[in-house]
Amino acid sequence: MMEGLDDGPDFLSEEDRAPRAVNVDLQTDATLQVDISDALSERDKVKFTVHTKSSLPNFKLNEFSVVRQHEEFIWLHDSFVENEEYAGYIIPPAPPRPDFDASREKLQKLGEGEGSMTKEEFTKMKQELEAEYLAIFKKTVAMHEVFLCRVAAHPVLRKDLNFHVFLEYNQDLSVRGKNKKEKLEDFFKNVVKSADGVLVAGVKDVDDFFEHEKTFLLEYHNRVKDASAKSDRMIRSHKNAADDINRIASSLYTLGTQDTTELCKFFLKVSELFEKTRKVESRVAADEDLKLSDLLKYYLRESQAAKDLLYRRSRSLVDYENANKALDKARSKNRDVLQAETSQQICCHKFEKISESAKQELIDFKTRRVAAFRKNLVELAELELKHAKGNLQLLQSCLGFMKTNT
Amino acid sequence: ILLSDGPSPAITPITPPTSVIAPLFIDTLCLDKCTTLREEVDDSFDINISVSDPEKVGDGMNAYMAYKVTTKTSMSLFKQREFSVKRRFSDFLGLHSKLASKYLHVGYIVPPAPEKSIVGMTKVKVGKEDQSSNEFVEKRRSALERYLMRTVKHHILLKDPDVLQFLESSELPRAVSTQALSSAGLLRMVNKAADAVNKMTIKMNESDAWFEEKQQHFESLDVQLRKLHISVESLVCHRKELSVNTAQFAKSAAMLGNSEDHTALSRALSQLAEVEEKMDQLHQDQANADFYLFSELLGDYVRLLAAVKGVFDHRIKTWQKWQDSQILLQKKREAEAKLQFTNKSDKLQQAKDEIKDMEGRVQQDERDFEQISRTIRKEVGRFEKERVKDFKTSIIKYLESLVLTQQQVIKSYFTFRYVTASV
Repeated sequence: MMEGLDDGPDFLSEEDRAPRAVNVDLQTDATLQVDISDALSERDKVKFTVHTKSSLPNFKLNEFSVVRQHEEFIWLHDSFVENEEYAGYIIPPAPPRPDFDASREKLQKLGEGEGSMTKEEFTKMKQELEAEYLAIFKKTVAMHEVFLCRVAAHPVLRKDLNFHVFLEYNQDLSVRGKNKKEKLEDFFKNVVKSADGVLVAGVKDVDDFFEHEKTFLLEYHNRVKDASAKSDRMIRSHKNAADDINRIASSLYTLGTQDTTELCKFFLKVSELFEKTRKVESRVAADEDLKLSDLLKYYLRESQAAKDLLYRRSRSLVDYENANKALDKARSKNRDVLQAETSQQICCHKFEKISESAKQELIDFKTRRVAAFRKNLVELAELELKHAKGNLQLLQSCLGFMKTNT
Repeated sequence: ILLSDGPSPAITPITPPTSVIAPLFIDTLCLDKCTTLREEVDDSFDINISVSDPEKVGDGMNAYMAYKVTTKTSMSLFKQREFSVKRRFSDFLGLHSKLASKYLHVGYIVPPAPEKSIVGMTKVKVGKEDQSSNEFVEKRRSALERYLMRTVKHHILLKDPDVLQFLESSELPRAVSTQALSSAGLLRMVNKAADAVNKMTIKMNESDAWFEEKQQHFESLDVQLRKLHISVESLVCHRKELSVNTAQFAKSAAMLGNSEDHTALSRALSQLAEVEEKMDQLHQDQANADFYLFSELLGDYVRLLAAVKGVFDHRIKTWQKWQDSQILLQKKREAEAKLQFTNKSDKLQQAKDEIKDMEGRVQQDERDFEQISRTIRKEVGRFEKERVKDFKTSIIKYLESLVLTQQQVIKSYFTFRYVTASV
């Protein structure tokens, strides 16, 4: 009698696929492959199992795994940033800190309120919160993995010693998080940098390529920021609507079990329908989050890293120009000429080195960006279509059943 | 009117029935016969009422909204087949007030009128021609239309002279006592409160399990409908929010597309912005469907259930009246018995007369109680039938709106996918 409604495709099975959500073209070449094969969520930290496969002679084994925590990723990232040798590269942005606070709080509140709701309501809510927790978990794993993959794919960074230690050393790296003093130092460094950045940004570049990139990145970064925030708000509304449909389904179910007229069958049918469509709506929100929000957030961070590169180049240009002025002054006074010459040569060399690699990096950035957007937008469209078709099928099947049975 | 022009023996001139219903409390037995006959013969009644063309009349705080009420019918009850009148909100309230006072206390479930809204109306009066006051007027127009349709679907109410006058006559005496802040309004509030208190103190000796069962059924239905209504209202709210946020995202995506220097990607981002703009419109439309097809249905039924409860309460009051009369009769009998042993023959006669009157009253009260019980049984049957039909129709329409939305979503994303694939 209840054959009218199919069970529909099982949307949840997609969650099992490891979401290498954002980046693409990370030539997975055999010489060095890195991924996060496992992760464990403990009380207040996440432990990532970093798995490496490599044919490079630098490593003792061809395949090995270590356990790392978030702080160790940050340590690695910061070591790249602080390394003068890498001034000419876009440093892959650090993964954001795993944040389960909100989710954990909700689960805790649910546990406290267990007595005040029916068993079905409790199990239902528990399942949803667990799914939410799992989704956040998978996302943080993906973001940490993307960081490592970017490093492994970079022709220079992949050779970094700290990176190899990170991958291979199977003890705790003893990287304590920054204490208050260090955090304060960082804060001031950033303030100085942004003030400096404003001054440096005002310097007009002779090179058209870089001048264009500067203008472009500034505007692009701001607009990505805005789009990312608006996308988040949109997706949150979507989730809220899906939650409402969930509650409506529950109420209809209760009505269906209590009604004394032929409406009881009707309500139960509609309740069943809404249970299914709201799962679809939740998937839509989750997929939009993955394909759109995460994409925008990632390129927000990457465009910042690109801006940082431009800043470093401008800084080195200013240094070069200052060194030139100092050299002229020294020559005119005929004092410390050799020192000034060496200093000028170093600055010149540094500037040229940065400019050369920066140009390539920015071109690569564009390629990566276009590819990532294309991939994600296409996948977004496919998923939206898939879910809409799924919804449509559920709705039409239910309608068909109801119209023939009245 | 089936009057023919020329001589045609086949057609007999029939005088259209004047108000079939004499005031109820006079000839209830005849009424019963009439209603059963009507139900057998005329199950498909043909009348459609629409409320349209809201028009602001006047200025400032004395302004009001006038609505066009159009009736289309083939029923012989009416003088014409299609006709319109202009009515204002207080006219509707006046109609309901009259019907309630005539029919509620004998057990008929009179559909409640739409709710007053001082805030909403003030905005309209003050002349704000913005979206929220337009929405308010549309909400009200729709509610008035549903109210009239529910009223005329009731075969008794349809034939009430006040209803006919409301639908047909071009001029209607102004119903002043319906104003919220009038003395009549305050009096109504006080009476309602008093009734509520009274109900709680009357404990009826229910001999008929059917009533107990039905009352419980309606009470739990009320609880569930209210809960569902709140969830649907929340959905409407969130969908409207989604629409706004989607529109904002669309603008943002367009801006991003503008600053993107890779031409093909820039075009794809513009396309994304376009898709999201379409989504914004779809969400808006769906939110309206959520509201008018689902939320308002639930709101209407929550109010209808209050009327149902009122009718059950009236039965209890009728029972109480009967009990009180019986007690009074008993007292008079006792008083008469006492007088038997005195020499006051004229007082004795008076007592005997009073007893006779009282016996008559007790009989009448018992008949009233039985009548209201019968009426409620029929009314509940009718109400439940209507409820089933209403919910089925509305929910099917609602699901159809959801289907339409999904189809539009598919169309939009199809175009989008085509463009992005070419990046």
